[in-house]
Amino acid sequence: MLHIKCPHCGMRSQNEFSYGGDASVKRPELNKEITDEEWDNFVYNRKSLRGKHLELWQHLSGCRQWIKVERDTATHEIFNTYKAEEEIS
Amino acid sequence: MSQTYRLENGGLINRYKKLSFKFNGKTYYGYEGDTLASALIANGVHLVGRSFKYHRPRGFFGAGVDEPYAMVQLYRNDETEPNVKATEQELFEGLEAKSVNCWPSVNFDIGAINNFLKIFLPAGFYYKTFMWPKSFWYRVYEPFIRKAAGLGVVSTKHDKERYEHKYEYCDLLIAGSGPSGLASAYAAAKNSARVILAEDKPRFGGSLLTSDVNIGNQSGEDWANRIISELKQMPNVVVKNRSQIFGYYDHNMLVMSEKVSDHLPKTKKYHPKQRLWYIRAKEVLISSGSIERPLVFGNNDTPGVMLSSAAKEYLKVYGVLVGKNPLVFTNNDSGYETAIEFKKNGINPIILDSRVNPKSEIIDEAVNLGIKIKFSYVVVAAQGYKKVSSADISKISDDKKKLGTIENIKCDCICVSGFWTPTIHLASQSGNKTKFKEEIDAFVPGTSKQNETTLGAANGVFTLEETLKSSFMAGQDLSKKITNNDNKISLPNVVEKKSSRHDKFWCVPLPEGKNYKRFLDFQNDVSVSDIEIALKEGYRSIEHVKRYTTLGMATDQGKTSNLNGLQLVSDIENKVVPAVGHTTFRPPYTPISIGAIVGREVGKHSKPTRKTPMHSWHENNNAVFVDAGVWLRPRYYKQGKETLFEASKREAKNVRTNVGVCDVTTLGKIDIKGPDAAEFLNRVYTNAWLKLPVGKARYGVMLREDGIVMDDGTTTRISENHYHMTTTTAQAANVLSHLEYYLQLVWPNLNVNVVSTTEQWAGAAIAGPKSRKLLKKLFPNNDVSNEGLPFMGYIESDLFGVKARIFRISFSGELAYEVNVESDNGNFMWEKIIELGQEFEVQPYGTEALSTLRIEMGHVAGSELDGRTISYDTSLEGLISKKKDFIGKRSLNREAFTSSDRQKIVGVVPLDKKTSIPEGSHLVKDAKATLPNKKLGHISASCWSVEYDNPFSLAILKDGKNMIGEKLFVMSPLKNKVIPVEIVSSHYVDPKGERVRS
Ligand SMILES: [Zn+2]
Repeated sequence: MLHIKCPHCGMRSQNEFSYGGDASVKRPELNKEITDEEWDNFVYNRKSLRGKHLELWQHLSGCRQWIKVERDTATHEIFNTYKAEEEIS
Repeated sequence: MSQTYRLENGGLINRYKKLSFKFNGKTYYGYEGDTLASALIANGVHLVGRSFKYHRPRGFFGAGVDEPYAMVQLYRNDETEPNVKATEQELFEGLEAKSVNCWPSVNFDIGAINNFLKIFLPAGFYYKTFMWPKSFWYRVYEPFIRKAAGLGVVSTKHDKERYEHKYEYCDLLIAGSGPSGLASAYAAAKNSARVILAEDKPRFGGSLLTSDVNIGNQSGEDWANRIISELKQMPNVVVKNRSQIFGYYDHNMLVMSEKVSDHLPKTKKYHPKQRLWYIRAKEVLISSGSIERPLVFGNNDTPGVMLSSAAKEYLKVYGVLVGKNPLVFTNNDSGYETAIEFKKNGINPIILDSRVNPKSEIIDEAVNLGIKIKFSYVVVAAQGYKKVSSADISKISDDKKKLGTIENIKCDCICVSGFWTPTIHLASQSGNKTKFKEEIDAFVPGTSKQNETTLGAANGVFTLEETLKSSFMAGQDLSKKITNNDNKISLPNVVEKKSSRHDKFWCVPLPEGKNYKRFLDFQNDVSVSDIEIALKEGYRSIEHVKRYTTLGMATDQGKTSNLNGLQLVSDIENKVVPAVGHTTFRPPYTPISIGAIVGREVGKHSKPTRKTPMHSWHENNNAVFVDAGVWLRPRYYKQGKETLFEASKREAKNVRTNVGVCDVTTLGKIDIKGPDAAEFLNRVYTNAWLKLPVGKARYGVMLREDGIVMDDGTTTRISENHYHMTTTTAQAANVLSHLEYYLQLVWPNLNVNVVSTTEQWAGAAIAGPKSRKLLKKLFPNNDVSNEGLPFMGYIESDLFGVKARIFRISFSGELAYEVNVESDNGNFMWEKIIELGQEFEVQPYGTEALSTLRIEMGHVAGSELDGRTISYDTSLEGLISKKKDFIGKRSLNREAFTSSDRQKIVGVVPLDKKTSIPEGSHLVKDAKATLPNKKLGHISASCWSVEYDNPFSLAILKDGKNMIGEKLFVMSPLKNKVIPVEIVSSHYVDPKGERVRS
């Protein structure tokens, strides 16, 4: 079970969180003309990375905030966690 | 004739407490502090089971967790448990056990015929032998294997024992209470660190209980006892025996299984049988020690052949002799320690040492005691079937390739020592890439991956002084990092005998003309020749060799066999062991009971139960409940001897003719506030929301981004910037997360807040032609006329002093209202409705009637919005706005979604107007078509229409739009039914929707 540092609440057990997938995916703006390919990339196409992955988790049984977690998908090492609005350098 | 192998005195057992127990129906006696194994050996019982493949007789090989043989079926307090290791099971009064894996009995086993047919059972025997001829599989092989193979028998009874889970945090978690565990725990505890020290055995001390050493002028055992009692006094230390740390998981979480009651005849009241600890540790110290390696020779699986360390443990801990005429076969000094213990107890052992001419303090001691030692000697084969009776021994050449003349000597046990294998399982599980240590011919942990440190024998350190020194230091340093305390512990004076180097030799060559089986894996019967065959057949990777031969795949997970298997592969392949590499260690280290894993999450405890504020009223009025997610909802209210069918028909009919009341508290409710709330709803729902006036409700459908319908419900504008959203009961949690996702991540600039208010409001739906009359009674001061409170209108009111919200919405298709009050007033509201509704013949209705009412109206619910349908399929496309963008809209132009024969909801009526249609049935054109019969659609929901008094179903049907009036067949292979049906409109009752507006 992972130990995830919620940037709002502190270190919490994985079972308080739910997984939300790749955090680098950006929803196309509303009312914008986009190609089918752009839309498919947003809805369906995901990389199945081995290694460092920026991903979304929601602290469901805690503050209910969506957060970003930088995690190694192979070793499960967590390098950093960020608030939703935080800029990631 | 009892306990003839028990010494007069000695051991750590309680000789004042004699215990009786039964094995295979026969009564024996032992002492408190015995294991089942030690008590059986004390009684001279060495035959406990049969091996898996060849059904060869099986005795005891070890004295603890590494035991590959001695598994029994245990009977305790009217329960039975399979595959319990006799070497771990503590004796209690009245214990009963039986052999497993033998039929009809341990002494006469039909399966042993395999032993003589062994030509049929070489490596990969599952994969090839039983393949041909094919017809033999069902008739011959499979029934034979089923009968003959397998281990114990699982109880089919409900397990009435309790198992608990516990979550714990600590600074240092220490696995194993041998010298390194005790020293590191002591040092860390002195630095005020929070320490958990776990020992899998009942007694603390590990190797200190059996080795002849002295620490600070105390025997090893006394020193261990002193340290443990000091640790037990300290408030910052938790000391646990009978507790096995079996898994090292991510982020320094380890799981430990504590056997709280297995050693007692019966679990004490309010105690669990076992407890699983989830421990998150800042630092982990692995002091799990090492396991002795077997030496490999002919018939080395005969009962009476066992590890020399086990023989020593039976002697020193239990005061039991494993034999009275022992042969010790060793390649290192450890065998001598066992021989010395025998000698001290008046037994004359013979030592066979494969080494040429070793010199050490221990060997000198053995010589001085007059023990007979033969150097450059090996055991070629054990003789005897159910117990060792003699051994073929021989001199061996210095290059270990040639045997001399075979001699036969009498003996009743052979104690083997092939040196030591560090127990690196936990370190390996943590992600540590282990490395091969040449000096000990075994793997030790490499660079730490998580916060783990391996100490003592587990780290390949086999001298006590060095172990204590490094362990005190590790405990001190690691705790200092956490607590900033720095108490120095001075190393006590250690007296131990120095050992000489072990011999790399481990496998005795076969004598000419003999084809003895030489076993590597004792539980799965994998022998040297099996590995040789696998390699000849081209298997190279150790992972493949393992799976093909099943080496190390038994319940002991190769604790005694892995390294010898690797040695053999590397010898044949002419590689060094590290180049072969070892297979991956995975948790659990030792088998864990399913009960412990499940814990308290059984039956009603497997998930929380949510009850509405009106629950006890329902109970008192004969409600029959149904699970709706975690909610309990009344399914129907039983009157007299009514069936579900009769009751739900009565309730639904009463709604259509009079008025009914339904508890709708479970509907998801979300409070939405903020200046951008209207804009947010406009993006979330497919229809338009910007112009909804205050005091009005609107039905809305929300999609996922892939265009599939996610949920539906009504949302009401309570005030300018305040909305009340309802969701279906099932989707409430998902919808809230969905809204939070968009507000927090996608459109953070929208000024909106959402919060669940499901539990804050109790809800009652009042439905039926007389509902307005009832509402008038409930709210005499309000204008609830069709003009004052029109369809989809909303007012706030006062129910006899209680704040109430009234929504004019309908799920039943009748004139209907939904009243919400704060949860605490839910029961008050409900009782008022029942009381004042008497004159209108009000009746409560449950979910079954609720379904009937919505199905015959063609209102969609979860069974149509099943995560596979789009708005068009459920005839909700009229709610798709062309003027605005919303979540999922861009997906709606997908080819499949716009095809002209797209599936659509329809109504289905059986031609005979009698036969009920099973939900989930398929719709086909031709009931007699050859298989596979093309499926046109499926029945999503069925009811008995109370309006027309015949069965009616909803279906999702291909090209449903053009199918009205068609005759099709409903097929249910599950129920074995074929029903001719007619396709009709999904709006079976009141298709124009006049009633809700009346
Ligand atoms: Zn949080």
